[in-house]
Amino acid sequence: MLALIVFLPIIAFIAILLGAPARLTAIGAAAANLALGIYAAFTWQCSCWAFSLPVLENPALHLAFGFPDGMSAVMVLLTVIVTLAAVLSGKAPEGREKLYFGSSLLMSGGALGAFAAADLFFFYAFHELALIPTFLMIGILGRGDRKEIAWKITIYLGLGSIILLAGLVWLANLTGTYDIAGMIAAKDRVDPVSQKSIAALLLVGFGTLVSLFPFHSWAAPAYASAPAPIAMLHAGVLKKFGLYGLLRVAVPLLPEGLNAWLIPLLVLLLGNILWCGLVTISQKRLDGMLGNSSVMHMGYIFLAIAALIAFPENPLAQPAAVLLMFAHGVSIALLFGLADRIERNTGSLDLSDLGGLAKSAPKLAFIFGIAAMASIGLPGLANFSGEVLVFLSAFKTCDGTAGLGPVQIACILSIWGVVISAVYMLRAYRSIFQGPAVKSTESAADLTLVDRIPAVILILALFAVGLYPNLLLNLLR
Amino acid sequence: MPAYYLEALTVTLGLILLMAEAFVSSKSKAWVGITAALGLGVILALTTIAIGPDARPDASWAKWPLWNFYQFDTLARFYKIFALVTTAFVVLLSVDYRKILARFTDHPGSENGTGEFYALPVFACAGMMFLASAKDLAGAFVALELVTITFYILVAYMRRNVGSLEAGVKYLILGALSTGFLVYGIAWIYGTTGTMSFSEISNFKFQVSNSSGLFFGIALVMVGLGFKIGAVPMQVWIPDVYQGAPTPTTAFLSVGSKAAGFILMIRFLEPLLASESARGPVLKLLIILSIATLLFGNLAAIPQTNFKRLLAYSSIAHAGFLLLALASGASGSEEGPGSTQVVSLYLATYLIMTLGVFFILAQVRIQRDGESIQDFNGLGQTNPTLALALTILLAALAGVPLTAGFIGKFFVFSLAVKAGLWAGVGVAFIAAAAGFYYYLNVVRAMWWVNPGQKAEVSLPVISKVCVGVLTVATLVLGIWPQPILALLK
Repeated sequence: MLALIVFLPIIAFIAILLGAPARLTAIGAAAANLALGIYAAFTWQCSCWAFSLPVLENPALHLAFGFPDGMSAVMVLLTVIVTLAAVLSGKAPEGREKLYFGSSLLMSGGALGAFAAADLFFFYAFHELALIPTFLMIGILGRGDRKEIAWKITIYLGLGSIILLAGLVWLANLTGTYDIAGMIAAKDRVDPVSQKSIAALLLVGFGTLVSLFPFHSWAAPAYASAPAPIAMLHAGVLKKFGLYGLLRVAVPLLPEGLNAWLIPLLVLLLGNILWCGLVTISQKRLDGMLGNSSVMHMGYIFLAIAALIAFPENPLAQPAAVLLMFAHGVSIALLFGLADRIERNTGSLDLSDLGGLAKSAPKLAFIFGIAAMASIGLPGLANFSGEVLVFLSAFKTCDGTAGLGPVQIACILSIWGVVISAVYMLRAYRSIFQGPAVKSTESAADLTLVDRIPAVILILALFAVGLYPNLLLNLLR
Repeated sequence: MPAYYLEALTVTLGLILLMAEAFVSSKSKAWVGITAALGLGVILALTTIAIGPDARPDASWAKWPLWNFYQFDTLARFYKIFALVTTAFVVLLSVDYRKILARFTDHPGSENGTGEFYALPVFACAGMMFLASAKDLAGAFVALELVTITFYILVAYMRRNVGSLEAGVKYLILGALSTGFLVYGIAWIYGTTGTMSFSEISNFKFQVSNSSGLFFGIALVMVGLGFKIGAVPMQVWIPDVYQGAPTPTTAFLSVGSKAAGFILMIRFLEPLLASESARGPVLKLLIILSIATLLFGNLAAIPQTNFKRLLAYSSIAHAGFLLLALASGASGSEEGPGSTQVVSLYLATYLIMTLGVFFILAQVRIQRDGESIQDFNGLGQTNPTLALALTILLAALAGVPLTAGFIGKFFVFSLAVKAGLWAGVGVAFIAAAAGFYYYLNVVRAMWWVNPGQKAEVSLPVISKVCVGVLTVATLVLGIWPQPILALLK
């Protein structure tokens, strides 16, 4: 049954290739998938979702999907929500509809396959499937210096994937199976010495895909250049694959190996939050700022993972990480969608060229404001619940008498990130929407009703999870 | 049907084509090629009913002394199918390539000189098929020479083209040299063991006093085989010959000739790996060859600007991966396929991807009059579907998951990890990363660069069907490789 959710976008992609109307097919498939995804999130425990097709007898490989726990269900839910918003808000250049919507669907199918896969082989393979349209789309339809940027992300993520593959194959060889549940059952076979090496490979491999400092320099230019749906889907959904992989594979299988790298990981994630945060403040363009801010926010999720590594029985860390992944995915997709809208309506994303847009486009300003508040972490919006839970999880197992451990110190430092996000987000909001109107914004069009639909879908998700986080937390406990 | 009928039929097909071709009008000789492909298809169907002497021990043919030289096991059947499929595709590729062939063989407007080009691959195919069944070094040598001598002609076929002639001379000289090594090695092996049969060589007890002669012989044979498969340091001929030869010949060389080298190597090494004293040195030799080949093939491919030459380096690179699988020396078991199966599977996926690329390359060569990567500029705009197919094929060659190429690499890596060949695994990862770079370079040219003045490329029907079939097979085998593994059971 889960196979239907995974293959629906891919089938729609093939239909578009064969000549079906691109935009309608994409929206239809994404909407149907959203319905299926919500239904799946409510009923994920039902065994009816599992699907397995033997592909190879020896070694046993199965094209298998299933929800081993609620984390997969949340990620699938995130994917279907962002996919619908992405295909609704994207506007294809003339004559490129097939490529534009087809690639978006292929990315969505790849991400869904990776999140739903129960087999390590397909877990990896579907992510790669989603990367290829990303590269192509940035190279073909990107803005600015698209060829160089696309080439850079291709090389970066290609290398990251290969390092990751090395770790995964090694791990599968030690456990003797590719079935992820079977691997976790056989985790005793992974000896401590190999654990340390594999953990390093997986941290660098997954880390590159999630733009962990210092492997992050591909991310901001790529998002700034990518067409809107691609940026929404990659920053919002696909990038979470690395974090999901760490939680799904690395943390259960390599407790000791990861623990050996805890301090370096904490230093790097502070690099994400503080260093990339300061880089974000200095950005002069909205797209570059959003790209860097998405790199920065990955640091918080790594903090939750670090808390989980330090205290494997920490009950809060994993829900916190997944909740923040969901919240960040939705909010960054919303921001990229709106940034694209601002560029289409005013012709510029340069902060110094914009100003006073709130007068001509009040609805856009209002929605962007909500998105910015979400990104900062205002209570009531999903990111707040996520970030608070992350900070709590870092202190959850702290014994007050023994003083602060490295995770707590890193947590205290990373709370400064909240201030940093407030600085760059509010400054960007002020310089785009407030102050006197300038030439480019004087007669800018506002959002029409149709334009608002994708934004409203995403905002609903942000509020729902923000006001009632148990909606997702119940799935994760 | 006794298995040797297959070779006999293939040779007969070649002879009939040669004779018939002489009596046909010189306007168009395409039908010779189409007949050849059809005939090969019929023989391919017959492989399903071919049997060896074990299946019918009481039949009169089963008692012939032929079976002392000739065997028919799963591997033999697999490589016979492999040879037939490769040759059929190559002949079809030649049909669509005949315009260029005609231009460089006879006066314009006449296809007088092209007829033999369809018949010769059929003879090479018979050689490859016999090679797959060879049971001793003498038989294997004769079969290999049948293949090689046919290739001497095929490489230099475009006799009015300097590049083709140069390639032909280079291939002739270096091929003869490698044959010399091979024969000399065989002589040493025969001299020390007193037998040429593969299975009896393994019975030879390796003793300290007399094994050095045998090892010398083994090393010489490996040099000879290294030439065929393009292992470093015997790879020097590959880039020039691949670039100069007619494109169908290049495709045939890079798939058929390489597979022939590998099946012979598998047969030759099988008994040696089974014997305790020879196993260590042979595996050591293989891993050294593999690392050198992986490094050279992949790193030298990076700066290439000519696509055909790039494919030559890529063929060296793939030989490195195949050698790595052999170097892990795993025998097939319940837990997973052994080196032999992995090499065969890898070659099968390599066949599909490489031939697909050559079909497209040949048409770009004809219609845009060039073979450099620049000539693929903007193909994504002029021919989106064709560019998509080539993207899939190149991604498969680079080893992107969900394509056939990934399955092959995946098995090679698992074997090497299982065997603990860490140096090999490390180099292979660097090699795979380099592969991403140089294959995707072509993808970049297709999609991200404007076509400029470059014309649209329209595929003829045969090429269109073949590219479609091969691309779909690349994708299907990428998620479902079981059919090929079933053939190897």
